[in-house]
Amino acid sequence: MDDKLIVGGREFGSRFFLGTGKFGDKEAMRRAVVSSGSELVTVALRRIDLDETDENILSFIPEGVTIMVNTSGARNAEEAVRIAHIAREAGYGEWIKIEVINDSRYLLPDNQETIKATRILSGEGFVVLPYMHPDLYVAKALVEAGAAAVMPLGSLIGSNQGLKMRTLIEVLIEEITEIPIVVDAGIGRPSHAAEAMEMGADAVLANTAVADAEDPPLMAAAFARGVEAGRMAYLAKMGRERKGAAASSPLTGFLYDE
Amino acid sequence: MKITVNGKAMEIAEGMDLHRLVHSGKADPDRVILVLNDGVVKSDRWSLTVLSEGDRVELVSFVGGG
Repeated sequence: MDDKLIVGGREFGSRFFLGTGKFGDKEAMRRAVVSSGSELVTVALRRIDLDETDENILSFIPEGVTIMVNTSGARNAEEAVRIAHIAREAGYGEWIKIEVINDSRYLLPDNQETIKATRILSGEGFVVLPYMHPDLYVAKALVEAGAAAVMPLGSLIGSNQGLKMRTLIEVLIEEITEIPIVVDAGIGRPSHAAEAMEMGADAVLANTAVADAEDPPLMAAAFARGVEAGRMAYLAKMGRERKGAAASSPLTGFLYDE
Repeated sequence: MKITVNGKAMEIAEGMDLHRLVHSGKADPDRVILVLNDGVVKSDRWSLTVLSEGDRVELVSFVGGG
């Protein structure tokens, strides 16, 4: 089936993006990336202590996988832009996930600052994927600001609650046709990922649900299949839901009719 | 001589360069991205860059994230 996703001029065979946070160890993360089939992973940028003996995460990311640096930790557009600049100067910043968060309890994205950062960074040639609260006017503004995709939250980050924002994401899928819609955050199960894809989302990004599983590589594979199944169902065009029953077998020629 | 490293004051010897600063700890230098007064300094420039009083250094690295 030739069904490629195109984001920022790059073709992706897989519609599942994986975050690299919270894995127990980097080898488990590497195996999860491999078994997810994902061609795009996210990483963050943080201060390190000179006495920290951690390994370099980048050496655990398989060759050919696009690395998208997130701006987590940024509280406004200016900080997000600064993080993107550091990432680019370090040689990894072409793909940027804008994440501007002010609210430490619910970790909800600040849409207005996100628009500002998107405008600046896309103007500087970055491929910008903003994480956003699913609001139609904001999504339109992000398209206009040069976003390569919009990434509405399914539910609160790390909550595993699934598509609490379902109706609002459906509106975006319906109305934002210029760029892909990637459902990010809160996707807790492969069935949530499948549901997002059945609705017509272009891709799904998950992290916590895979990293927190007892067997992350197996869960990554389960998510990949969920995403694929949902995408196929969307392309196959599902039958409508009915109120009553509709027999699957013919209602004539019963064996014992008199 | 005083500089700031990751927001904290640090006392260093005169003439200290970035290479020696990064190699003064246990961290894998390949991981380290060094930001000096708002600009990234690539590792091939570390030994050529001597720190001055009041410099602000950020030592950052890519880590797992969603």
